[in-house]
Amino acid sequence: MREPENIIVVKDLVKKFGDFVANDHLTFEVRKGEIFGFLGANGAGKTTAIKILCGLWYPTSGKMSVAGYDIYTQREKVKRNIGYMSQKFSLYDDLTVFENIRFYGGIYGLKKKAINERAWSLMKRLDLEDARDKLIRDIPLGWKQKLAFSVALLHNPKVVFLDEPTGGVDPITRRQFWNMIYESARSGITVFVTTHYMDEAEYCDRVSIMVDGRIAALDTPENLKQQFHSATMNDVFIQLVRSK
Amino acid sequence: MNRFWAFVTKEFYHIIRDYRTLLILFGLPAIQLLLFGYVITNEIKDAKIAIYDPSKDVVTRKISDKILSSGYFILERNLSHVSEAGDAFRYGEVNLVLVYEPDFAQKLEKTGKAHIQIIGDASDPNTANMLVNYASGIINNYLISINSEKLPYQIIPEVRMMYNGELKGVFMFVPGLMAMLLTLISALMTSLAITKEKELGTMELLLVSPLRPGQIIIGKVFPYVFLAFIDAIIIIIIGNTVFGVPVRGSVFLLLAESLLYICMALSLGILISSITSSQQIAMMISLVALMLPTILLSGFIFPIENMPWILQVLCYMMPPKYFISIIKSIMLQGNSLVFVWKETLVVIGFTTVFLVMSVKKFNVRLA
Amino acid sequence: MRTILYIIQKEFLQVFRNRAMLPIIFILPIVQLIILVNAATFEMKHIRLSVVDLDLSSTSRGLISKFEGSPFYQIKQFSFSYHEAENQMQHGKVDMILNIPRGFEKKLLIENCVKVQFIVNAINGASAGLCNAYATMILMDYNRQIIAENKTISAMVLPQNILTDYSYWYNPKLNYKTYMVPGILVLLVTIIGLLLSGMNIVREKEIGTIEQINVTPINKIQFIAGKLTPFWIIAIFELAFGLSLGKLIFNIPMEGNLWLIFISAAVYLFVILSFGLLISTVTNTQQQAMLVSFFFMVVFILMSGLFTSIESMPQWAQTLDKLNPLMYFIRIMRMVLLKGSGFNDISRHFWALVIYAAGILTLAVWRYRKVA
Repeated sequence: MREPENIIVVKDLVKKFGDFVANDHLTFEVRKGEIFGFLGANGAGKTTAIKILCGLWYPTSGKMSVAGYDIYTQREKVKRNIGYMSQKFSLYDDLTVFENIRFYGGIYGLKKKAINERAWSLMKRLDLEDARDKLIRDIPLGWKQKLAFSVALLHNPKVVFLDEPTGGVDPITRRQFWNMIYESARSGITVFVTTHYMDEAEYCDRVSIMVDGRIAALDTPENLKQQFHSATMNDVFIQLVRSK
Repeated sequence: MNRFWAFVTKEFYHIIRDYRTLLILFGLPAIQLLLFGYVITNEIKDAKIAIYDPSKDVVTRKISDKILSSGYFILERNLSHVSEAGDAFRYGEVNLVLVYEPDFAQKLEKTGKAHIQIIGDASDPNTANMLVNYASGIINNYLISINSEKLPYQIIPEVRMMYNGELKGVFMFVPGLMAMLLTLISALMTSLAITKEKELGTMELLLVSPLRPGQIIIGKVFPYVFLAFIDAIIIIIIGNTVFGVPVRGSVFLLLAESLLYICMALSLGILISSITSSQQIAMMISLVALMLPTILLSGFIFPIENMPWILQVLCYMMPPKYFISIIKSIMLQGNSLVFVWKETLVVIGFTTVFLVMSVKKFNVRLA
Repeated sequence: MRTILYIIQKEFLQVFRNRAMLPIIFILPIVQLIILVNAATFEMKHIRLSVVDLDLSSTSRGLISKFEGSPFYQIKQFSFSYHEAENQMQHGKVDMILNIPRGFEKKLLIENCVKVQFIVNAINGASAGLCNAYATMILMDYNRQIIAENKTISAMVLPQNILTDYSYWYNPKLNYKTYMVPGILVLLVTIIGLLLSGMNIVREKEIGTIEQINVTPINKIQFIAGKLTPFWIIAIFELAFGLSLGKLIFNIPMEGNLWLIFISAAVYLFVILSFGLLISTVTNTQQQAMLVSFFFMVVFILMSGLFTSIESMPQWAQTLDKLNPLMYFIRIMRMVLLKGSGFNDISRHFWALVIYAAGILTLAVWRYRKVA
């Protein structure tokens, strides 16, 4: 069997803000089609890493490629192949569901017909057909979040980056959201997700746990639990933080 | 009360930490005052003229000399034909054309009459009017001087310019700028500060705190009273030291009136923020609705007395008008409170009305 | 190219959906235009005059009646005490005092020469200058009249007289509104354009949507162009609407070619909107963006030559004013609308704007960072 292709390759990623080192020599690979979890407390450097991989911030040093493209020299090609959903789920409050989909589809260069088709199937899947012409500010948070995720996938990216996507929603919606993540992973999309909910780590194929800007551990949840003799990922995390 | 002061301190820190905004807040008014103090003047200086002089004799040369040495005019070009006047105007290179009739000195000698035509580019009527008046004034003076021996029964005007002997434009603009900057900065900054809390949703957090809504608003606004007051002092100091605008009246009264006016502008800001919940709207209201009226309807540049009566009525509804006349009165005329108590009462009135209106708005919202 | 259209569509939707914003953009400026145009005049009428006549002779009365008959003056008060009149001025109740000393007539007849005093409130230097000019004119008319009336003298000598005729071209009635309508309209369009564009990108920064756009492969030029076009269309529309209103209500002249106006406006608005977007890209909060826009707006407006003349500014300021886009456009408007100037007349201003537009647009695109 062929080794799975690595869709994200990061070598010695360093990001400094003045004296503060947010990312300290991160090295890891993400395989095609997996759900890769990036775990850590607030301020551990997860968001910094994700913003660098998405091309929003410059790294201080290190080598990185996403979807086979170099992050320094082929930035725009990288962007064509990634989707991104931030903590704030950046949809426009004063636009309707459909208008948001159309706008983002448009700036990714989708044809009008494609936009309409995908918008329609997307709204059907999310049960949002009746809310097509509702303003984003008038729909519940859980819907907004699912919609933001779907919008991030609108242009069929190879990788999707999710930065703390489940902040502030109830457990049931979180469960539904993770079902959506599974579904897209099954269709071949690589999912790179950051979270500080340790229970969510169980849903990932592999997780990397960040402590103070470094990767403290990286493996499948099962292996990690075994390695640290813990029943839950939460225990693993607490051991890692204590041991430093 | 302790809680309230803790809140005020917190607000202060917010503003002081944001050094960029702070720099803008103090730097910009100072730069503007310096710039405008030198630049903006409604006096006439170095207006460009063209002369058509077919006679080129002693008298016409003398008159042209008088006009060009007055400081009001500089010669842009000599025309070789009257018809060139139109081209010169259309190209926009001259503001005034002077046309002598042919054989000027000869005619003046023989018939006692000679004609000069003064043509103003009245596409800017205000300037044209002044230029034509200045030019004809110079010619009239020349006329008096050549006739002085022959002319009996002369009445000579003796002119005294009160309060501003050198007719400096700065004397007009310092009070005007002060009113404009204080109005816009205070009203803008407060309305933005409050609507920002609303936008970010932190206003609700504050409202559920044990502080009363009134205290929250005062707490948010208080630092700006202080900042705007510093702005006022900067303007007065620069006006005085750099441009020689005197403070003939009581400095204390001047500062007190400025403080009062700042409170007025801030309560206007509060009112604006009670009407809207988005920064963008607050900003558009403050700038689009306030900027031109404060420049045009306050006596800053254009004297109110010259306006049609309907506009004068409008001017009486503009708070900056009162402030400008108060500071002119104190700074330039050296008047005391006895002279400005009416205006002061009006400003107090505005403040009260704005505050009452915003309290009502707020209560409606909270109920 | 299609990407730009989607951005334009989105910006339009956002503007037109904002119920509170629409009247501010479309109605407020028009109302202001109609009202404020009437305010911008230096034209002096009804200068409030206080007369102190200590002579009470027929000559002094003759002089006073001249002032009474003048449209410029309005006698507020007669008094026998100069002190009282000055007190009135101190209170701001009169603008000028005409002080005729005791023995005025006698002195004139005996000594052939006498003085009267004009005391002018000179806080507003320009008004004071005009006030003085009018008063001197009235006095000289009166002087000529008494000489002419005295037959013996007028027969004796023939004073030389230079007759000055005035003509005011392009606006013989000195109707300041025809000049102010285009000017104030341009100011309003500028304020709106600069604010809308200046707040735009920084607002997306504040609400966080800018990141979502920055992870897309959109290129910077497309993005800036997409942001600029809607405001450009709105501003051009507003200008056209304002000009039509000016024509209907104030009957402003339109001597030159209107195409010239709109082509120049198109370029000018590029400058202003790119300037706004530039502000928007360099600031972090809407508050900052607003303060910076406010600063430039006031500088541009007060140095535009609309309210005060540019020639009176010191040389260094005139040089500095070459960076003021508003100055060029106000000139172009005035030249084309009122004087019928053609392209050759305005070309130097026009090309200045074109260069400005190219420069500032490049700067805005360059300063807009997709990556921080």
